[in-house]
Amino acid sequence: MSQTPEKNQSIAKPKSFQAIILALQNYWASKGCAILQPYDMEVGAGTFHPATTLRSLGTQAWAAAYVQPSRRPTDGRYGENPNRLQHYYQYQVLIKPSPPNLQELYLGSLEAIGINMDLHDIRFVEDDWESPTLGAWGLGWEVWCDGMEVSQFTYFQQVGGHDCHPVSGELTYGLERLAMYVLGVDHVMNMPFNDPDALIPLTYADVFKQTEEEYARWNFDTANTDVLLRQFEEAEAHCKMILEQPVNDPKTGKRIIMVHPAYDQCIKASHMFNLLDARGVISVTERQAYIGRVRALSKMCADAFVQTRAGGWSEDAA
Amino acid sequence: MPDLLIELFSEEIPARMQSRAAADLQKLVTNGLVEAGLTYASAAAFSTPRRLALTVEGMLDASPAVVEERKGPKADAPEKAIEGFLRGAGVNRDQLEERDTPKGKILFAKINKPGRPAAEIIAEVLEQTIRNFPWPKSMRWGSGSLKWVRPLHSILCVMSAEDGAQIVPLEVDGITSGDTTFGHRFLAPDAIKVTSFEDYEAKLARANVVLRADARGETIWNDATNVAFASGMEVVEDAGLLAEVAGLVEWPVVLMGNIADDFLGLPAEVLQTSMKEHQKFFSVRNPKTGRIEKFITVANRTTADNGATILAGNEKVLSARLADAKFFWENDLRVAKSKDGMATWVKALENVTFHNKLGTQAELINRMAVLARELAPMVGAEADEAEAAAKVAKADLSSEMVYEFPELQGLMGRYYASAAGMSDAVAAAAQEHYAPLGPSDDVPTAPVSVAVALAEKIDKLTGFWAIDEKPTGSKDPFALRRAALGVIRLAVSNGLSLDIKSAIEEAYWLLLNQLNRNNRLYDIGSDEDNESDAYVVSAWPHQEAELYLGPSHNGVTEVAYDIAEWSAHITPIAQAPQFLEILAFLHDRLKVYLKDQGIRHDIIDACISIPDGAPEGATPQNDDLTLLVKRAKALSETLKTDDGENLIQGFKRANNILTQAEEADGVEYSYGADVKFSETDEERALFKALDEAEAVITPAMEKQDFTTAMSAMATLRAPVDAFFDAVQVNSDNGTVRRNRLNLLSRIRTICTSVADLTKVDG
Repeated sequence: MSQTPEKNQSIAKPKSFQAIILALQNYWASKGCAILQPYDMEVGAGTFHPATTLRSLGTQAWAAAYVQPSRRPTDGRYGENPNRLQHYYQYQVLIKPSPPNLQELYLGSLEAIGINMDLHDIRFVEDDWESPTLGAWGLGWEVWCDGMEVSQFTYFQQVGGHDCHPVSGELTYGLERLAMYVLGVDHVMNMPFNDPDALIPLTYADVFKQTEEEYARWNFDTANTDVLLRQFEEAEAHCKMILEQPVNDPKTGKRIIMVHPAYDQCIKASHMFNLLDARGVISVTERQAYIGRVRALSKMCADAFVQTRAGGWSEDAA
Repeated sequence: MPDLLIELFSEEIPARMQSRAAADLQKLVTNGLVEAGLTYASAAAFSTPRRLALTVEGMLDASPAVVEERKGPKADAPEKAIEGFLRGAGVNRDQLEERDTPKGKILFAKINKPGRPAAEIIAEVLEQTIRNFPWPKSMRWGSGSLKWVRPLHSILCVMSAEDGAQIVPLEVDGITSGDTTFGHRFLAPDAIKVTSFEDYEAKLARANVVLRADARGETIWNDATNVAFASGMEVVEDAGLLAEVAGLVEWPVVLMGNIADDFLGLPAEVLQTSMKEHQKFFSVRNPKTGRIEKFITVANRTTADNGATILAGNEKVLSARLADAKFFWENDLRVAKSKDGMATWVKALENVTFHNKLGTQAELINRMAVLARELAPMVGAEADEAEAAAKVAKADLSSEMVYEFPELQGLMGRYYASAAGMSDAVAAAAQEHYAPLGPSDDVPTAPVSVAVALAEKIDKLTGFWAIDEKPTGSKDPFALRRAALGVIRLAVSNGLSLDIKSAIEEAYWLLLNQLNRNNRLYDIGSDEDNESDAYVVSAWPHQEAELYLGPSHNGVTEVAYDIAEWSAHITPIAQAPQFLEILAFLHDRLKVYLKDQGIRHDIIDACISIPDGAPEGATPQNDDLTLLVKRAKALSETLKTDDGENLIQGFKRANNILTQAEEADGVEYSYGADVKFSETDEERALFKALDEAEAVITPAMEKQDFTTAMSAMATLRAPVDAFFDAVQVNSDNGTVRRNRLNLLSRIRTICTSVADLTKVDG
């Protein structure tokens, strides 16, 4: 086992938000991860991507990395707060089984984005992870660079109520915060999105200031709560209906369990809940009930996934 | 005599678990060794963020051989039984011995157990220890099934003696033991081969790892105070933070940084909390200004730029944190100083649940306000001020600062109440009404704070009892034991005579009214003729009832009931089982409180059981806790004296004779003892002693001076003993007997004035 961080050949200090993202993509590609694209639905965190939630279940090996746009309606501040956004990017890495040198691989990724390991103080500080809506938990750390939290590092122990065997190692980088740190920017909106020397240099504000305002207004004051509530309930019913279908498709005669379409509905319900929460129409007691309803859907999807080939099911074993 | 060195090297162990884990490693391994016969001279365990280490010195190199004897079947038992025994014991026929016993001839086997080499035992014990380690939380990783706090990477297990060192071979889930470890993750990451504990500790030190947590803590504290001193500053002590930080680093390097001027105006507690909770920084105070002006952070390494980059990064993170805090502080002050002031926040609490069966925080505040008003005269507070204080005491729960830093609740309330122009007493109550939180923290003494603190706790006890959320066993999710202890300490420390019964009754009544208004409660009523009596229906709140609308005031329509119709179902609050249980609970907590002060259970029982107007055999209702404590302390002191201890014997003898006589005769001997019917000197002496004692006790009791009363009582010991030695109470002469029984009755009356001595052991 190597105790030294994975050294990178040449480290050019990145000058923009996108350069950091590209460096991470290249780094994890070079370490053998499949570079996936963002999931095409509204999610609260990169963990919701089926490449993490579902693929962390079952026995099949897996290694993927991707950027995931994430939405947290309650965190919207009209683009005014230097650190808070209702829409932001997470970088997510999931490797199953977790390799013994995952910490070193991770430290290598920090070097890859221009953090000089000889000058900074990197620390692994206890931080256990739990997602009540996903029925998931794991143990790990938040990683500090000079007192700044730059990533979450988690060994998944349970997802959707299922014990994880083997265990996945999950890394989550809050990209805006990490990039602001590396680039030395104090307000997210001032961060160079592309190369500041480009023909048309764009800041984060150029790309997202207006959308932050629009969504903040919509999230907090305008979203129609009756519609959201109805959509929550429709997604919930839809998810259950999909999973109630017989395993064998009557048309093709094939065994097709529709886990991903069902899980899409679970993601949708979760997002509707987040929007309702931002509108302030969910009381403390109701909150728990809603979370429980989403968790029930996640659990049903997890139960179904382990009955599929990607989830480790095989004809011979069955 | 070999020594043993063990190191379990893993990914970062949570700081809070390290020292306990080191102790557990030592306990489990050494216990295992000793059980297997390997005794040792000394042992010590250590922890760093990435390792647990154990050294065991002066160990036996093998367990001693032992001869074990095993009892078998009878000599004439069937062959099959004997064969089975031989197989089980692992011996031959000729190793059996036949012995005569009272049960006949029995076969015994002598089994020679040879000693086992230390390495074999160590390997077994260490594997068991690793597999069964009591981590508070543990996890699996990769494809394995082993559990550890975080992935375990290597096991170092070396036995060393004069003739050299050897690896103790063992394997746990694919991890093979060896004689190598690793230095600091960044400064000296290479593998290090070690031969003994001394070698290990020295090589680690060269590889930038300080093995001993206390040494790391000392370095941090010394360096921190030195660097602060050099700029004329002082570090704010925080033992908990020091221990935590020592668990976050293997190679501590102290760096002092600046807090930007913008933030120096924040309250010191806000700075400290933000820096400690989020960043694990120590606060550095300027003794000249009294302000927190700098911080100390502890890095895990040295760098070529002497920490300049690390410090700059930390300062930047802190500035972002404090910018948030400043934003909250300024917004909150704006609200507090606005026209509606803290009322805005109280209003917002109408939407915050306190408990779903007990209503909102705003409703809690309303109940507390009325209660604080009621309690005010008992604690020497002005009623209006106590009510005003209760109304704003929890307002800060709506503030942005408390939302961000819940641990600042109360304290921020005090700042904001002052900013809103409230009196110092009201502002102080916002902070102090949560106290006391434990058995040893400070108890508020300011009357307004005491009134609100009592109101908060009495409401809490009453409310949770009413909805049947009592503590059970080790479960006390609403911290009701702490609330009860709080009531006790508030009363006793301040020497207050509180009418707790009526306070609970009031709290009940307030709660019932509120639930009633909310249509959460269906059956409650008040007797028109006797407004002070509140009633509670035993089966509430589930029972449906016919409602009658009563008069409206403040826009709320009261719900009234036909009391006559429901009379069969209602009980005055003061006799409701919940109500009596709260008193019993307070008494229980009082026992625990006094036991911690060295006062025995039976003594407290004796004091609680003095007549209180409750019917015979019913739950005692003595609710003046201060008086109870005074009685218990006086009784406890007296019982420590020879006279006091023996007086109990005399009293019990008197009481037994008297009780038996009263039962037999069907009368109560209560008065009329006359010295003229005395036949002996001892009898006359007792009369005299009782007269003298009474002359002291009666005025002492009026002044609640129980110590004087008890010492006077103790003087009765000699005359009472002398009386029983010389006199037969049950004389044949009826007049004499009656007179003597009445005399005993005087003993009983006097001796039970402070406490019910029948309850005292001995």
